[in-house]
Amino acid sequence: MDLTLTPEEQSFRDEFRAWLADNHPGPAPSGGDQVQFEFERRWQRKLHEADWAGVSWPKEYGGRGATLIEQSIFGEELARAKAPRPANVLGLVMGGPVVIAHGTEEQKERFLEPILSAEEIWCQGFSEPESGSDLASLKTKAVKDNGGWRITGQKVWTTFAHEAKWCMLVARSDQEVAKHKGLTYFLMDMEQDEIEVRPLRQITGEAEFNELFIEDAYVPDENVVGGEGNGWMVAITTLMNERAGLGASAALGLANALDELVELAHARGRADDPIVRDKVARLKIGIEGLRLGAMRALTATMKVGTPGPEGSIAKLQWSSTNQALTELAVEIGGIEALSRDSLWAYRFLRSRANSIEGGTTDVLKNIVAERVLGLPKLR
Amino acid sequence: MDFDFNDEQREIKSTARDFLASRFKPEKVRELAESDTPYDEGLWKQICELGWPGIAISEEYGGLGLGTVELVILQEESGYALAPSPLISNAYAGAIIEAGGSDAQKQRWLPGIASGEGRGSAELTRDPDPIVGAAAGSVVLALADGEGAKLVETEQATLERLELIDTTRAYFRVSADGGEPLPGEISQATGVGAVALSAELVGIAQRALEISVAYAKEREQFGRPIGAYQAVSHRLAEMLWHVEEARSLTYFAAWTADAEPESLPLASSMAKARASDSANSVTHNAIQTLGGIGFTWEHDVHFLLKRARVSAQLLGTAASHRERVAGLVGL
Repeated sequence: MDLTLTPEEQSFRDEFRAWLADNHPGPAPSGGDQVQFEFERRWQRKLHEADWAGVSWPKEYGGRGATLIEQSIFGEELARAKAPRPANVLGLVMGGPVVIAHGTEEQKERFLEPILSAEEIWCQGFSEPESGSDLASLKTKAVKDNGGWRITGQKVWTTFAHEAKWCMLVARSDQEVAKHKGLTYFLMDMEQDEIEVRPLRQITGEAEFNELFIEDAYVPDENVVGGEGNGWMVAITTLMNERAGLGASAALGLANALDELVELAHARGRADDPIVRDKVARLKIGIEGLRLGAMRALTATMKVGTPGPEGSIAKLQWSSTNQALTELAVEIGGIEALSRDSLWAYRFLRSRANSIEGGTTDVLKNIVAERVLGLPKLR
Repeated sequence: MDFDFNDEQREIKSTARDFLASRFKPEKVRELAESDTPYDEGLWKQICELGWPGIAISEEYGGLGLGTVELVILQEESGYALAPSPLISNAYAGAIIEAGGSDAQKQRWLPGIASGEGRGSAELTRDPDPIVGAAAGSVVLALADGEGAKLVETEQATLERLELIDTTRAYFRVSADGGEPLPGEISQATGVGAVALSAELVGIAQRALEISVAYAKEREQFGRPIGAYQAVSHRLAEMLWHVEEARSLTYFAAWTADAEPESLPLASSMAKARASDSANSVTHNAIQTLGGIGFTWEHDVHFLLKRARVSAQLLGTAASHRERVAGLVGL
């Protein structure tokens, strides 16, 4: 057991830390979503020029080929420096890795570089109004047509759809077979009239997500990933990549928020309140539990290929801690913290989705029960 | 970065698991817990032959010279087996004397503590007098003395056996006048004690979780195993969460004790707070999962609940450690 960084890990960290210090773009500009998005796009271009965009990607595809621990260090440094997220986050953490794992040589040639440079933004078309946790029940239909496919259906919770060039879309290409088997994974060009993007207003008042209404959109055969009928398997890889993105850097994000909460408690004269102290300590313990569990999971993954049971609870730890943290903040912050333009109010509201997005708490507990504890399925 | 046991530590863990499983079978633990003296001196001799009493004591005083991580491995396994032994009391006394003792005090007491032939024991809490585990059978007691500690020879002290709900360990109320103060600082040792106790609580919680999961797979009601019902399976998933979070914090705290002592105060308090709450909640939920059988004397799970409850209260309750954490994060 040795929790210090190896010399290689340390030099990786030092190199990125130094680069960040020289290249941090400063705070996000005001002026609306579009201005913000272009700022993030410029930021990603800068990362890419220095080969920091595809940290986890293999070198041959323009990435840095970093180890899992280096990837985690990278995320922690970004969080520590409070750097903006790159514009094409879904392309980087999901789209690229899927093309690398399951794509043809032509697809790799065509799609990877514009993901890294943020020239082409990616979005994800998985969830549907009637298929949330039970993703494999999805109904969006793909019908063979003239060297390609015609797609019809509805997708929801699609981040970046209005900016995106490509959509990672899972659709039902075979109605006859069992539900997991009839799915195919497509890369759908968003620049066609057959797709309507409507913003989806959420409880914070903003529209971070969209709905997609797809009516006979066209996808050529060469944009099928992993072969016809293999969509479920390919999609699972994408989701695994999404979850691997959590962990140590999420804990650092929470640690930053806890520092602000401690300041707030002082400012509001609540630093001596024993109940506040107890709750803050619980949050600190939850944050450290998440960080350390992520480190154990990373070690296990590097050694034996899969994380141990500690890896299965990271998302639960993160969502419950972030929700509890923002709840305490709006309580300590008093009525002002509940004004509509309060940042804490925003965070409180936004965090209500944490236990739903990327796997609901309820479904994750099923997964822990069935796959980690080996309990029987009810279904 | 390698947050896992090395080969030697893994070896210690599997030896401990096998040894404790064969010597402290559930029927043996029950026999000891139902007797007047929970410690079996014959088994203690075998423990001594393995070198466990001196695992974290320096080689110059007859110990194995290993660290808190290794002590924590033994403690977790001891908790898992619910092995009645004076191991933690002796180890904690050793840690206090090694941290704060003069050369003469160390030379006088540590070799016996390391070999297990001249056991020590240390104050685990105070209510209002010092409460010490495994005091009878030990030759020296380390008691709190202001910020530091003092040593009292056991034969100079008056011991009153306490009848606590946990009968897998013997607890004593101690009254002693005088004693010989330790000249040095012992805060490092109190951190180690809290971490060792956290590891025991993690082991207890792990055992309670396994008993619950096995039962939920086997016990059928309404025509299917109860573990198929989400009311039950989600509770078990939460129990795993409690156990794993406590384990991560405990291992980390053990590592800081050996490698980064400036982080030990915060790390040990986080570990003890989480492990105390986790073990209390997991053993409680184990009984809930077992239902009626879990409430009988005949089933072993109550021994886990009782040990958890008592250990959670020793060397600082969860709330007192959280108060310390709050101070250390800037409140």
